[in-house]
Amino acid sequence: MLADAARGFLDEATPVARLRALRDAGQTHDPALWQEMALMGWAGVLVPEAAGGADMGFAAANVLAEEMGKSLSASPFLSTAVIAATALRQVSDARATEAMRAIAEGGRTYALAIDEGAKHDPEATTLRAERVGNGFRLTGEKRFVVDGGFVDRLLVLARTDDGLTLFDIPADRAGIARDAQPMIDSRDAARIRFSGVEATGEDVLGQVDDAMTVLAPALRAGQAALAAEMTGLAAGAFGLTLGYLKERKQFGVLIGGFQALQHRAAHLWCDCEVTASAILHAGRMLDNDPANAALAVSLAKARASQTAQLAVQEGVQMHGGIGMTDAFDMGFYMKRARVGAEWLGDYGYHAGVVARLRGF
Amino acid sequence: MVQDADDITRFRADIRAWLDANCPQEMRDGAVDEDSICWGGKNWNFTSEAQKTWLERCAAAGYTVPTWPKEYGGAGLNRDQEKVFYDELARINARRPLQSFGIWMLGPALLHFGTDAQKLHFLPPIARGEIRWCQGYSEPGAGSDLASVQTRAEDKGDHWLVNGQKVWTSYADKADWIFALLRTDKDAPKHKGISFVLIDMESEGVSTRPIRLISGASPFCETFFDNVKVPKSYGAEIPAQVGEVNRGWDVAKYLLTHEREMISGSAMLAGSGRSLGAILSESGHLDDPILRADAMRAEIDELAFGLTLERYKDQSESGQGTGDASAMLKYVGTELNKARQELIMSGAGSDALEWDDGRAPLWLRSKANSIEGGTSEVMLSILSRRVLGLPG
Repeated sequence: MLADAARGFLDEATPVARLRALRDAGQTHDPALWQEMALMGWAGVLVPEAAGGADMGFAAANVLAEEMGKSLSASPFLSTAVIAATALRQVSDARATEAMRAIAEGGRTYALAIDEGAKHDPEATTLRAERVGNGFRLTGEKRFVVDGGFVDRLLVLARTDDGLTLFDIPADRAGIARDAQPMIDSRDAARIRFSGVEATGEDVLGQVDDAMTVLAPALRAGQAALAAEMTGLAAGAFGLTLGYLKERKQFGVLIGGFQALQHRAAHLWCDCEVTASAILHAGRMLDNDPANAALAVSLAKARASQTAQLAVQEGVQMHGGIGMTDAFDMGFYMKRARVGAEWLGDYGYHAGVVARLRGF
Repeated sequence: MVQDADDITRFRADIRAWLDANCPQEMRDGAVDEDSICWGGKNWNFTSEAQKTWLERCAAAGYTVPTWPKEYGGAGLNRDQEKVFYDELARINARRPLQSFGIWMLGPALLHFGTDAQKLHFLPPIARGEIRWCQGYSEPGAGSDLASVQTRAEDKGDHWLVNGQKVWTSYADKADWIFALLRTDKDAPKHKGISFVLIDMESEGVSTRPIRLISGASPFCETFFDNVKVPKSYGAEIPAQVGEVNRGWDVAKYLLTHEREMISGSAMLAGSGRSLGAILSESGHLDDPILRADAMRAEIDELAFGLTLERYKDQSESGQGTGDASAMLKYVGTELNKARQELIMSGAGSDALEWDDGRAPLWLRSKANSIEGGTSEVMLSILSRRVLGLPG
């Protein structure tokens, strides 16, 4: 039901053409769309009702992400409504509640500044938060900060004396230099340099030297929702492809009548179905047994990366030449699939988690 | 369908107590392979007194076919109760009391298409393990193209005169009766002249010959019908055919779909077995990076497929059925199982090459998984036409 409602809005408001128009205008962010989503309660999907949210749970957030993926709706939904809201939710003080309220209202956006290398690896963080008096001074660089170029605030993972610490700071604080990089998927990811950025104990989310208590649940929520988005992306790309098989004629017949293509299409459909199960399971585990959700989430992300990549590759191949043209939408799906495959851990990263938890 | 939690708790306690009192210790060894579980039938040699006792006690309580109605030898359990029953069996590692094609295939066909008298006549002996059935579908000229069956049944008034040959008849040499697809009208279009007929294997003119497979086993037979007289009726309101004459394809189609859905519980599919990582760790070769990477991929796909089995099972229990999508379970599950067996062989290296080791026969046997019950290619064609709506 939620899916149908979301689909209705997204088809109307954000067909792939909206992303295309954004790109053609040289922009990576669509504030008006985010306001509309906030009005529908999506920005507060994981925010408690007491903080003005809809508190619908992770399975619901996944449904929304999946529907957004089908039509490549670009918004800070994952970084703000899923990741930041989940992190803030682990810290139930007045400041966090206020922050969640602002998120739910659509008045505050967040990005997660976590990775420094080309691969997701939170434990490898070198950005330093040096103790200075009662506060900290942050120095270092973050890369691939999705939505980092336009958001209001940053969650920054930093190395402190005895571990990792998560900071919640305004993106325009003195000493922060944001270099917004449009990515291949027409969205924004910034390189962000921190040059002696001052932070206080107030800016620490959770406890000093213990980022993971707050961050791990947020990462899992983000990974699951991203996996859901990619499953939606796969379904969207597959829908285009299936439609084409039913209308394109060659040799005087519909190409969908060729067994070579039928079997590939059916195989892809099977792959999508199997991945959909992993997504549903991840949502259920996050809602019902979050402490043990790591396996389910990594399974979902690994499968979704693989399925989305298969869907877009088959999509281009089965479309033939037109699939290679910019005028056609399949390229947008392919580029987003590549970005999604890397963000928050690629196939190998999540396969490693699954292997560790399954006795390898 | 979902019951009050208290009812289920009470039911679970009852089942637990019943199992404590009735399941012999020797039957609690967790064996799941085809040879350890009783197949029943007139010629069955019980492997132990415990196996016999276990069958008799379960049959008396209706637990060989827990969801069948009581009047047909079942326990009349609903789906929730059935799940509890099998959970509790698994909890004490109990073997299934009985397995058979009568339970898996003929039973559902009769329950769906049979007359009341047919059900009363044929179902209870299946439930008690007294009659063992086999399935006569494929023929030398009718494999994937099953509706091309040529085995003839000529109308001779009070009986059918059957001539022809079936192939890949599982355990025909051990079965008491066969349900077979026969051509009863050779002039009708091929799907319209087939009947689903029940035949006593002791009838004169029926003979079987086992087929030796690459695994060394002979689970399949050729079955020959040479002027076999099959009475048209086994009693009042008990016709020899299930459903109408010449409408046997409806029954066959129903059963094929049902079979694909039933396969979800079988060893033919990956997705419910032990972790590949655990298995390969034991054989000690997970340090090979190529094997490790392949096994990790397989593990991910198996886990996701296992979740898909559960999802479809829930769907079918809530009455939605899985229908044509069951072809997906069959296709994906059997292909994954073949990959799994390849990895197990790779991991074991030369240890698994001796026949006595036992892994090679399972590996070889798995190659049939994507052929029997409809090939992978037939599954993909079904999906592309019926689910995706691509041109036939």
